[in-house]
Amino acid sequence: MKINPLQKYLRKGTLPHFYCAGCGAGQVLHYFVQAAHELNLDFDKLVGIGGVGCTARIPVFMNVEALHGIHGRTLPWATGIKLHNPELKVVVFAGDGDAASIGGNHLIHACRRNLDVTMIVVNNLTFGMTGGQVAPTTPKAAVSTTTPFGNEEQPFDLCKLAIAAGATFVSRWNTSRSTQAVRAIKKALQHRGFSLVEIVCQCPTQFGRAAIGSGDPIKLLDWIEECSITEQEAKKLPEQEAAKKFVLGNFVEKQGPIFEGTSVYRQMEDK
Amino acid sequence: MEKKRGRVLTGTHFMLGNYAAVEGALAAGCDFFAGYPITPANEVSERMAERMPEVGGKFLQGEDELCSIYAVTGASLAGAKAMTATASAGYNYMQEGIEYAVSGEIPCVILDVQRVRGENFATQADIMQARWGAAGDHEMIVLAPSSVQELFDQTVRAFNLAEKYRMPVVVLSETTIALMREKLVIPEPGAIEIINRKRPEGPPGEFVPFKAGPNDVPALPKFGEGYRILHSINPHDEWGGIQWDPDVFEKMVDRILGKVTAHRDDIVQTEGFFLDDAKTVLIAYGSESRPALGAVKEARANGIKVGLLKLVTVWPVPDKEIRAVAEKADKVLAVEMNVGRYAYEIERIGCDASKVVRVTKNRGLVHTTQEIYQAIEEATR
Repeated sequence: MKINPLQKYLRKGTLPHFYCAGCGAGQVLHYFVQAAHELNLDFDKLVGIGGVGCTARIPVFMNVEALHGIHGRTLPWATGIKLHNPELKVVVFAGDGDAASIGGNHLIHACRRNLDVTMIVVNNLTFGMTGGQVAPTTPKAAVSTTTPFGNEEQPFDLCKLAIAAGATFVSRWNTSRSTQAVRAIKKALQHRGFSLVEIVCQCPTQFGRAAIGSGDPIKLLDWIEECSITEQEAKKLPEQEAAKKFVLGNFVEKQGPIFEGTSVYRQMEDK
Repeated sequence: MEKKRGRVLTGTHFMLGNYAAVEGALAAGCDFFAGYPITPANEVSERMAERMPEVGGKFLQGEDELCSIYAVTGASLAGAKAMTATASAGYNYMQEGIEYAVSGEIPCVILDVQRVRGENFATQADIMQARWGAAGDHEMIVLAPSSVQELFDQTVRAFNLAEKYRMPVVVLSETTIALMREKLVIPEPGAIEIINRKRPEGPPGEFVPFKAGPNDVPALPKFGEGYRILHSINPHDEWGGIQWDPDVFEKMVDRILGKVTAHRDDIVQTEGFFLDDAKTVLIAYGSESRPALGAVKEARANGIKVGLLKLVTVWPVPDKEIRAVAEKADKVLAVEMNVGRYAYEIERIGCDASKVVRVTKNRGLVHTTQEIYQAIEEATR
């Protein structure tokens, strides 16, 4: 029997995964292990962190040091781990609820500190695990279980938020663009400083049925692709029109000082 | 900047309580601190910011209490001896992370400097929050120092118990002792007992991360040593695998609770004063035990047969010790700087409720010796 070369990166006994048919979270898991494989990442030194929700389960399937189960607190965990042992590679997997809603404050401060951690945000535009409630990323006017008459709030643009807060690598792709997604994750893993890769992801069960009237994953993938434009295309559109789209691209890639924990003596010795 | 100081400041000092807790932490091996500003715990953070770099540790001012408590648990899993400090209103934010540390079996120390609601005056009103604040079935280890010296000693002990039982341990401080300067004697490093967490014996692959006998504590490797453990708050089996099975869940919770209940004799610490022939017994903890002892001595001088049971460990409740004194006594005075909460425990454990007299003060001030003396007089009249 031919065994997938990426299977060695998965934790024994965790498959089959628990995602709904047509969900994109499994794709993101695949993209990550593909990127890690291509970079020959040492899984003994890799810490995978998930909060709560569907995305949060991604590191549970990986054969790494893993933390799971508290909503929104992924980055504080990552901060403590990374400050104590900078040799570890720390990767956070967060849904849009974890990253933009309950953990939003931690996100902006991790960006500001330029913490040397990679955060992969799987943005499925909804609270999937809990039953399709509105998220801070749900498009305006979309129907969800808690916006039965359509969402009246403006959604967050997480990448713009991260850039404004000081993240030094920021990228957004969608699940249909596997090559670009893997490439972005590789760049993020090689980046020194806070790197955020947002992947717009289909949730046919909770988002698709309510928002576009179909639980068919292909239809939802097509809808996401129709709403997606490149950074160059976005520049040609009026700002308000571009804001309604998923703008894809590697937006920021720069170097900056990283935070490793306060040490007055190190600063004194540097002088 | 002065010369770099060592980890253990052996010698005799005249020191602020909050500083003494920091020195206790350092003597116990603390090398990670995270905290968020809150009065009256700020001197802990400030001194930690100065001291951590001196001993090669890390200091973080979190963006909030949640960041602080989770950074502490994260650092602990990476191998640190980690601590945070806060005060009542900040402590309740941390309960979320404390629940995680209990169920994830993560050693760490939380210093709570109790203050009255919205102000920084003295109180013991967190006594029940310290026991019941976190979600889910859990046991807690909570130590209540009564002096600057005990802030040092009990912080050392908190680290030792946290490491030994793989769980969060709370040092329940108070405005009174935290902002008081007193004599502090720090022993030689060799004279301070240090306990470190149990390390796995087998290599990765053979080591079963959450396997332990009933009431026992599993070993804990550091992140990065190749063990690749899944730490989840979700119900998990001995391998750490997320699994819902009523039997697995029940066994897991029972073992975690049993770490405290089965080892209460090791954890509980009390001190008795003039108890042998006491017909009236005062029970007090924290700074309230000081005027209580003063009043007992005065009453003894006047021929009143009264004694004091001082609780150093407040949770798990020192049930045997309370029962032993309460059974022999005609009256039990529960002395507290709140509306009288621990008194319920004394009633539950010790004796019929009619014996128990609540001696409470809930106005931001510690009892005076005179006030407690009056309470003794009234009870023995």
